[in-house]
Amino acid sequence: METVGAIETGSYGSAKLNYLNNGSTLRSWLLTKDHKRIAIMYLISVSVFFLMGGLYAATIRLELLTPASDLLETGTYNKVFTQHGILMVFFFLIPSIPAVLGNFLIPIMIGAKDLALPRINLLSLYIYWIGGAITLWALMQGGVDTGWTFYTPYSTTFSNTYVLAVGVGIFINGFSSILTGVNFLVTIHTMRAPGMTWFRLPLFVWAHYAVSLIFVLGTPVVAITLLLVAIERVAHVGIFDPALGGDPILFQHMFWFYSHPAVYIMVLPGMGIVSELIANFARKRIFGYEFVAFSSIGLAVFGFLVWGHHLFVSGQSMYASLVFSFLTMVVAIPSAIKMFNWTATLYQGSISFDTPMLYGLSFMGLFLIGGFTGLYLGALGLDVHLTDTYFVIGHFHYVMVGGQVIAYLGGLHYWWPKITGKMYSEFWGRVSVMLIFVGFNLTFFPQLILGYLGMPRRYAAYPPEFQVLNIFSTAGASVLGVGLTMPLFYLIHSLIKGKPAPANPWLLPGLEWRTSSPPPTENFDEPPVVTWEVYDFGDESGLDFETAKREAAAVNA
Amino acid sequence: MQDTSFVQLFPEQASTVAWQVDALYGYLILVSLVFSIPIIVAMFYFSIRYREREKYATPREIHGSMVLETLWSIIPFFVSMSVFITGAIVYFNQYTPPDDSMDIYVVGKQWMWKFQHQTGQREINDLHVPVGRNVRLVMTTEDVIHSFYVPAFRTKADVVPGRYTYAWFNATKPGKYHLFCTEYCGLNHSGMIGTVYVMSPGDYDNWLSGNAGSETPVQVGKDLFENKLGCASCHAGGPQQRGAKLEGLFNTEVHLVGGGTAIADEDYIRNSILNPASQVVEGYQPIMPTFKGQVTEEQLNGLVAYIKSLSPNAAAAPAAPAAKKPDEKAPEAKAPEKAPAKK
Repeated sequence: METVGAIETGSYGSAKLNYLNNGSTLRSWLLTKDHKRIAIMYLISVSVFFLMGGLYAATIRLELLTPASDLLETGTYNKVFTQHGILMVFFFLIPSIPAVLGNFLIPIMIGAKDLALPRINLLSLYIYWIGGAITLWALMQGGVDTGWTFYTPYSTTFSNTYVLAVGVGIFINGFSSILTGVNFLVTIHTMRAPGMTWFRLPLFVWAHYAVSLIFVLGTPVVAITLLLVAIERVAHVGIFDPALGGDPILFQHMFWFYSHPAVYIMVLPGMGIVSELIANFARKRIFGYEFVAFSSIGLAVFGFLVWGHHLFVSGQSMYASLVFSFLTMVVAIPSAIKMFNWTATLYQGSISFDTPMLYGLSFMGLFLIGGFTGLYLGALGLDVHLTDTYFVIGHFHYVMVGGQVIAYLGGLHYWWPKITGKMYSEFWGRVSVMLIFVGFNLTFFPQLILGYLGMPRRYAAYPPEFQVLNIFSTAGASVLGVGLTMPLFYLIHSLIKGKPAPANPWLLPGLEWRTSSPPPTENFDEPPVVTWEVYDFGDESGLDFETAKREAAAVNA
Repeated sequence: MQDTSFVQLFPEQASTVAWQVDALYGYLILVSLVFSIPIIVAMFYFSIRYREREKYATPREIHGSMVLETLWSIIPFFVSMSVFITGAIVYFNQYTPPDDSMDIYVVGKQWMWKFQHQTGQREINDLHVPVGRNVRLVMTTEDVIHSFYVPAFRTKADVVPGRYTYAWFNATKPGKYHLFCTEYCGLNHSGMIGTVYVMSPGDYDNWLSGNAGSETPVQVGKDLFENKLGCASCHAGGPQQRGAKLEGLFNTEVHLVGGGTAIADEDYIRNSILNPASQVVEGYQPIMPTFKGQVTEEQLNGLVAYIKSLSPNAAAAPAAPAAKKPDEKAPEAKAPEKAPAKK
């Protein structure tokens, strides 16, 4: 078959001109319009924020080792957990997969030479940097202690910390998300290669289409909310503070109208990656492709209708709570559909257990717990007991860390050879994913139990009967910390000492594997034409099986 | 806290709704296991059975199955509906106080809990209640949002500035139980904890008599109403009075100027004192001045208790945790623009 971009497993790309060695000046990076270079700059930036957020997390776990507030003063502890949340949510989790892996891969996966709006893409990186810089400046000036949720009237009237500055930082950063979302939507609509129909799109792209909808429709609401907080704080206009004639519950409605869909921003891209990992490492077309694709859109749409489940005990009408609980139960269905389809994809596959696949399987196990605990919290009578306890902390860490972070790392490992042109150590990759899985569960499962026992969140000090489980959690966090730090070393090591990566190390059919590693600046030497179905591992795919098998046999011999 | 096991897994049950919450929890654990175990078993089985035997093999392509997709959409849907319905039943039980409840006023404040008993006793961070009685909490806060949470009772309700919210419980076992603030409220949030002492009726009576209270809330309110604030000059109830008659008012429906009705519950009375222009009763002029800033939360509780006492036949509260009838929301929402007297 005369497929353009067909596989040459033997060709090593690093010698020829690619996006990495095409210009090495600082200017060639800072003024680049190449989505791949922008993705690399995002990768470095989100890693810095992840590291900082991780250090805050370590501090929290150390403080909670003992019941008394002894390592940190209470006020410092309040700032530490607030800043952990703000950095992780707004500056790591939300941009992590879309801005790094989505940015790098969406154009390649659909056969385009760049995003539709390359300058806007660079602009969104600069906006992210400006928002991040303002936030970091505010943290250095003294930080903020409102919790990442900024509940009023505490945030508008009572807190003496840098609420405004941090709010401005997050407000500005929001525009970065909006621009990225618009860019992805336009790109997916207009830039698909000939033959790349909607139902030939990899599920990673579908997930990002859904996420982009949330970016574009949801982020403006949190921007408006933060603006109103600023207006109330500066001009004393009564919006949320009852002393000024406002309504504090209105803030909670507006905040969660964005922030609940944002939870889906923080898990949908992860689900997209896991769909890729499961299908590709089982060498099987994903079971029920259309159902997995549309369940992403379903999550994005229904995600906008469930914000009130954060307000079951806040004095919202009981009848409103009923509606929100019902819709929350409905939104569990698309997630269940994904779980079942991933499992069914493994059936009769040819499954290999490389590091990325281990991340994919870990995700499935952890998301099972993350998803089910969501059902516990959506059940009205149980939520009354569980809300604002460690059960909630355990639940959303299972979703966001067990989901998004695990998927992000899985994706980073999966596409690392493509992005950098280097192979990392498979051995250390497997060791670290095992440590992360064990450490993660040891950290957060005890928190679910603590929550049912009634330990409230955001407590610097706690009654002594909760100590044993907190010690388990801190012990788990140290294992998790080691596991999460290891990739930093072996991935960087691979850049220097790693073997050059072939264009298609696992002989996979996606378009990204049909260009060299790392790809040229234009992504493909010749614009691709897609003639094969998505996740086609057979002869129709145009993959060069004979050469690949011969080479594999030669390596084994 | 008599549990001495190394790691406790379940909190004590000490209220009439606790077992319901635990049963719901048990049901959800069962549901989680029934769904998770087959998925995990399948994952492991497939991973071993279909592990890679030949590099770059091409397994048989399977597109999907409409039957399976339908099944694993519909079964989870019905299961989640069963969770929804049982959850809703427990929720209504948790938030619908019985008519014969005894009221205790709760005022949250950074970082303490203040309690006023109907019999005049006042407490800070400690709350003494008798076993086996329905206790309704009428709660508000002087500053930020707090949340009243007693894990052993499985009850929790946010305490919101500018209005009343409600919680109730019926303690089933004498003992000492944790009271936590579960809405982050600033510096000493984790210190805003207290103890609920559930006492046998005899002990409770001893406690009451040993802690003879000062004035009861009704007495406080009566004094404010008749003397200190001069409410009686307009509201004493005569036919020529400029203010609405308050006898028999509590828990009745009132018709408001501009259409709409409201139930005259605690929150309505409170709001009428602080934002009188926001819900003027039909037939009266909007001439009442605001008392915002002139009365403390505790005095407000007294006024509310006194006005309630003028309606001896009214039942406790019609609905629960600040569950407002929709038509009641409308006038209140106008409050900001109509309450300019705030300085």
